[in-house]
Amino acid sequence: MKVFEGLQFRHVSSPIHRLDPRTKFIISCVIFAQAFLFTEFLYLILLFLAQLPLVILARIQRQWTRSLRGGLMLIFLIFFTNLIVGVVSNDFQLTSESLTYSTSMSLRFVVLMTSFSIFFLTTSPDDLGLALEQSHIPYEFCFAFTTAVRFVPVLAREAQTIMDAQKSRGLELEKGGFMKRIRNYIPILIPLIVSAIRRSLELAEAMETRAFGAKKQRTSLHALKIERRDIITLVLCFIILALTIYTRIYIPIPDVSIPIPPI
Amino acid sequence: MIEVEKLSFTYPAGIEALKDISVTIPEGDFVAIMGENGAGKTTLIKHFNGILKPDTGRVYVDGIDTKKASVAELSRTIGLVFQNPDHQLFSETVEEEIAFGLKNFGFQEEEIPKRIDWALNLLNLMQYRKTSPFLLSGGERKRVALATVLAWNPKTLVIDEPTIGQDYRQKERLRHFFNELHDQGRTVIFVTHDVEFVADCNPRVLLMYKGQILSDGPAKQILTNHEVTSKASILLPQIAQLFHQLEDFGLPKEVITIQEAKGLIEDLLKRCDVP
Ligand SMILES: Nc1ncnc2c1ncn2[C@@H]1O[C@H](COP(=O)(O)OP(=O)(O)OP(=O)(O)O)[C@@H](O)[C@H]1O
Ligand SMILES: [Mg+2]
Repeated sequence: MKVFEGLQFRHVSSPIHRLDPRTKFIISCVIFAQAFLFTEFLYLILLFLAQLPLVILARIQRQWTRSLRGGLMLIFLIFFTNLIVGVVSNDFQLTSESLTYSTSMSLRFVVLMTSFSIFFLTTSPDDLGLALEQSHIPYEFCFAFTTAVRFVPVLAREAQTIMDAQKSRGLELEKGGFMKRIRNYIPILIPLIVSAIRRSLELAEAMETRAFGAKKQRTSLHALKIERRDIITLVLCFIILALTIYTRIYIPIPDVSIPIPPI
Repeated sequence: MIEVEKLSFTYPAGIEALKDISVTIPEGDFVAIMGENGAGKTTLIKHFNGILKPDTGRVYVDGIDTKKASVAELSRTIGLVFQNPDHQLFSETVEEEIAFGLKNFGFQEEEIPKRIDWALNLLNLMQYRKTSPFLLSGGERKRVALATVLAWNPKTLVIDEPTIGQDYRQKERLRHFFNELHDQGRTVIFVTHDVEFVADCNPRVLLMYKGQILSDGPAKQILTNHEVTSKASILLPQIAQLFHQLEDFGLPKEVITIQEAKGLIEDLLKRCDVP
C-alpha cells in the first residue's frame, strides 16, 4: 500500500511541477531509455545520482523515499534472484561480477521507479488528462485513464480499511499453511471488488445525470501550452539522449565492480 | 478497562489526527464519542483494539499495552464495529457472515448456531438468516455488521455511528439494547452525530475537536453547554434548547431527557395552579 501512497500527487509550486506534462513525460522516457541501454554499474549509479537534483528541485523527497521504502521488497527480490542465478550458474561461487550485476539490476529498478515517481508526483491527474486530450486521444479514453489514476489511492485506502475490519473479526492473515494464507485474502478481496463495482456503477449514473457525452466537441477552461522552459528542457533531453546513444555505441564504460566482502 | 495515555497519532500522509489524548474508560462505562467530521473519533477508536498503534503515548486494554498484542487477540475482548458495513461483508449468507468471526475465535462447532440465533434475534434479523448480505438495505447491512461482532460477546463493544440509516423503531431497539448490555456490566462505547439519540441514552460524553478532547462528562452537563457544543459543531438536543429559552421561569438549564422535562414542567404547572 505504501507504494501507492508514494505516488499520490500533491500541489506544490516547483519548477518541475510547472513544466508541461508532455515535457515531463519525455524526461521520464529519456531516463527510461537510458536505464535500458546500460547494464553497467557505473552508468546506473551516475543516472541515479543525476535524478536526485530533480527530486529535490520538485520537493518530493518525502513521498519519493516513502515509495522506495514501499518497493523495498521488490528491490530485494530482484537483487537476490539475480544473485542466486549468478551464483548457481558459476558453479556455486560468489563472484564479484554477479554481485555487481545484481546490484546494477536493483539499481536499474530504483532508477525506473524514481523516474515514474518524478512524473506522477509532479503531474496532477487533471493535467495528465488534458495532455492526453490535446494529443487527440478520444475523450472517453482520457477520462477512463485519469479516473483510474485518481482512484488508485482511494482503492488502496479502502483495502487498508477492509483489512482492519476483518482483522477486528479475528482474521489472522499470516496464519496457516500456504493455501490457508491465500484463502485468508478472500474476506478482503470480495468487499474490495464489490465496492469497486458498486462505486463504478454509481459513478456512471452520476455522470449520466450530469450529461456526460452530450456534446461531441469539448472545450477546456485551461489549455496546455508549450512554453520556452519546455522547449529548453526538451532540447536538453534530446542532446542527452543522443550523447548516451553515442556513448553506448562508441565509448567503452570502465568496469567498476563491487569486491566480495570478506566473510 | 481502556486507558489512553498521552496518545498522539499522525497518518502517513501527514495529517495529525490525534494530539496528546488522555482518557480512561473503566469497566462497565457507557460512553458516547461526539465531535465534528474529521475530529478524530474513528482514529481514536481504532486505537482501542490495536488496528492503529500510537506514535507517542500508550494505550492499555485491561493492562495490556496494545503495541504488544495482535489485533485478533485484542478483538476478542474489544469488539469493534466499523462505520461502513460494506467494508466487511463478504459471505454468501448472513448466517455464514456471523459464523466467520466465531470460527476465527475458535468457538465450538455446536455452539456456533446457538450464538448465531442469539445475535440474529437480538438485532431483529431472523428472517434474513439465509439471505445474501449484499441484497439487504443499508440499515440492515449495518445491523448485520453489528450482529457479526455481538455474536462472540466481547466484554467491550465499540461501535462507529450505529444509528446511521436506522429508522426510529430500530433506533429505539438499539437504545434498549445498549441499556441492556450496560446493565449486564458490559462496556459500551459508540461514536455518533445523533444528539437526540445521545440525549435519550444519557451516557458519558467525550467531545472531540481537532484531534483533542474538548470536554468529558455526563451527557446532561455537556449537551447543555452552549459554548463547547457550538465549538464542536453540535446542536443542542431539542429539550435542552427549550429549557434554555424557559430559563426565566426559574427552570434548571441542565435537562436533556423527556422524563425529567416532563416532571419539571408538571411541577411548574402545579405551582401556577393550572389543573
Ligand atoms: N486512512 C487515512 N489516511 C490519511 N488520513 C486519514 C485517514 N483516515 C482519516 N484521516 C484523516 O484524519 C482525520 C481524522 O479522521 P477520522 O476519520 O478519525 O474523523 P472522524 O471524527 O471519525 O470523522 P467523521 O465524523 O467524518 O467520521 C481527518 O482529517 C481525516 O482526513
Ligand atoms: Mg468517523
